[in-house]
Amino acid sequence: MKIQLLFFGIATDLVGENSIFYELNSAEIVLALKKELLIRYPKLKNIEEFAIAVNEEYAEDDLVLKENDVVAIIPPVSGG
Amino acid sequence: MKNTAVLITSEKLNLQDCYDFVQDDACGGIALFVGTVRNSTKNKEVSLLDFSAYEPMALKEMQKIADLALTKFQIHKIAIHHAVGELQIGDIPVIIAVSSAHRKAAFEACEFAIDTLKETVPIWKKEHFNDGEVWVNSHP
Repeated sequence: MKIQLLFFGIATDLVGENSIFYELNSAEIVLALKKELLIRYPKLKNIEEFAIAVNEEYAEDDLVLKENDVVAIIPPVSGG
Repeated sequence: MKNTAVLITSEKLNLQDCYDFVQDDACGGIALFVGTVRNSTKNKEVSLLDFSAYEPMALKEMQKIADLALTKFQIHKIAIHHAVGELQIGDIPVIIAVSSAHRKAAFEACEFAIDTLKETVPIWKKEHFNDGEVWVNSHP
């Protein structure tokens, strides 16, 4: 199934993309996607940590992803 | 009547707009927090800051903070405005305005709002120096 991945902040610079479509196994959970991303984009290890947002809401590691989800890579925020 | 106002803009933030939104005849006080761009970080001279946001999600998270502040504290109204784009030294990236019948609630809500914003709202700043640039908070 296909999802959309969005990259922000330092993640954009490390990955070299703002937005890509990404193929993953059905019923994959957020934690599995995080692990896949670290393999596909080893430079993401340069960030201390990153959160995942699914459809504009922060997601727990055990959330099951669905077709067409919009998944954002959220490096440590620094607004204000 | 709406008691919350959240905004992300690439325009210059307007202190008067925030004040006017929260001003209310039932209030005995208004607390304002104004964030400003500092000229140095860790003894290094900053030339400018570049703010970027995941805007739709950032607005949702700012709205959550405003709604939560209304339930947690005895306040009337709250405005949270954040700027994006390039900001110079002394410019204003964030304004929080809170009105309440009694001052303590306004101070507490204002502090709660800025502290939570810095933890949860997907906005990032890149510090620019004369000799390079750094994404704030992003490195181990």
